[in-house]
Amino acid sequence: MSGPALATRGLAKSFGSLVVARDIEIELPKGVRYALIGPNGAGKTTLINLITGMLQPGAGRIFLDDIDITALPPEQRVRRGLVRTYQINSLFPHLTALESVTLAVCERTRAARIWWRQLNAYPHEIDEAYDILTALKLGAVCHRLTRELAYGQQRLLEIALALATRPKVLLLDEPAAGVPREESNELFAAIAGLSREITVLFIEHDMELVFRFATRVIVMVGGSVLVQGPPHEIATDPQVRAVYLGKAPAKGLQAHRQEPRHD
Amino acid sequence: MALSESAASPRLYLQAQTRWRPAEIVFWLATLLPYVLFPNYLSLASQIAIAGLFALSLDLILGYAGIVSLGHAAFFGVGAYTAGLLSKYGWGEPLTGLAAAALAAGIVGYATSFVICRFRHLALIMLTLGFGLLLAELANTLGWLTGGMDGLQGIHTWKLLGIFRFDLYGRAAYAYALAVLFVLFLFARRLIHSPFGLSLRGIRENFVRMPGIGAPSRAHIRTIYTIAAALAGVAGALLAQTTETVSLDSLGFERSAEVVVMLVLGGTGRLYGGLVGAIVYMIARDQFSGIVPQYWYFWIGILLVAVVMFLPNGILGGLAKLSSRWSRS
Repeated sequence: MSGPALATRGLAKSFGSLVVARDIEIELPKGVRYALIGPNGAGKTTLINLITGMLQPGAGRIFLDDIDITALPPEQRVRRGLVRTYQINSLFPHLTALESVTLAVCERTRAARIWWRQLNAYPHEIDEAYDILTALKLGAVCHRLTRELAYGQQRLLEIALALATRPKVLLLDEPAAGVPREESNELFAAIAGLSREITVLFIEHDMELVFRFATRVIVMVGGSVLVQGPPHEIATDPQVRAVYLGKAPAKGLQAHRQEPRHD
Repeated sequence: MALSESAASPRLYLQAQTRWRPAEIVFWLATLLPYVLFPNYLSLASQIAIAGLFALSLDLILGYAGIVSLGHAAFFGVGAYTAGLLSKYGWGEPLTGLAAAALAAGIVGYATSFVICRFRHLALIMLTLGFGLLLAELANTLGWLTGGMDGLQGIHTWKLLGIFRFDLYGRAAYAYALAVLFVLFLFARRLIHSPFGLSLRGIRENFVRMPGIGAPSRAHIRTIYTIAAALAGVAGALLAQTTETVSLDSLGFERSAEVVVMLVLGGTGRLYGGLVGAIVYMIARDQFSGIVPQYWYFWIGILLVAVVMFLPNGILGGLAKLSSRWSRS
């Protein structure tokens, strides 16, 4: 068996005396769907920031396909297939959905360096962008300005931008944040439908979604990984219950003790 | 929006955006009117064409990549002195003079772009301002070369293409400036409709997001900054060649500020904003300074305040809004 798609070794970060990441060791085997959970302020987004290079770790290493990428700037990690989405939409308000995704495709194919030829000389890039949007049910609104899209559509556009880079590892930071329940189910169905070539780690607060879509759950508390394991173990783990006590997750957890669904 | 969105294929839609609009064709035809209507104002017309090219070059970095510069005249000046010096020391051929100016300004732009691409916002404004002041002072100090305060004298521009003499009435000068402006406008138009142009808009819209889609934003910024510098250099060279003089104010702070004002008046990020801004600004200056020479900045001040307050996207932005309201009703 080949090595993990993504691994961290002893990853640590602190701001002054505030430790936001402490000796984090995680491994994502190729093609898995992992969830990253934990209470607010547990350091989940910080971990994604560290992995993608938005933050420099104080210590530790990050490996993508067994290659040490700790020193690479964010855009080069993206070029190697390590891509994220954002908890708060970070889009291009005055570009249309199609333009935004075409932009991301062109950056990948390096057409974006070409300033002496017009964009219509790149029909493959445009078609690919359109196909990505259609697959995420955004085809009908692809000529709308991003700022005019409904919120749920903007969340999908975040994912479309990430897909345009052809990720190997996709880190989704609360992809359904702020999206109504029915729509978040659809959104996760889209994520579940992604190619098995793509390794996915997602942050999510809704335990039902976590237990439905993740094959393994990593629980973070106070900047450290508390425990990780398959959903049914996590659901019954006394430590996890202690952390979540008072938030009444137990019922939800119990309801999903059966084997997680694949595909 | 009425245009059936899903029906139009994505390729066709993008192609339609690069198509020439009737208003554009009318605009360019109208640039020939001064020959018929205002034959006495041809030298003003060529000043406007030059200012328009200069503002267009600023639009590429300010309007498309969101790089606010208060030192853009540095490149204008480098271009002007390059063409001027070349002519003074024996090579007065205009077209090669332009090429040399573009090259020299492009090199200076490329060199400074390595610093420029690392900063945003206020720091960037101060940096460009600083570079501009540095260069202006350098030109002042090198008086033996630049003529210092007296300006560069002894420039003689040869016949255009070996045929057309630059006459006193500015007939050839305007044709020359206008033709160069038009060719470089076509170049800029092509550039902003290229994949690279799309990336620039991405940088303007959300600079922080660009690394997340694997974009080398800094490399993009270096490229456009170099190109914009070269275009500004051509504008400077045009002024040097058509007026046969170069003065220190060609790279002074005032000229840097002036070009930002022109672009803001016309509207940023619209290609034509700089051209419209140059027309309005230069004509206003000509008229106002005819009335009360000392106070013409007062009127420009009022114009600027009024436009920024009531037409936040400039004159062209206001017109676009008006026409979309028109077509809806």
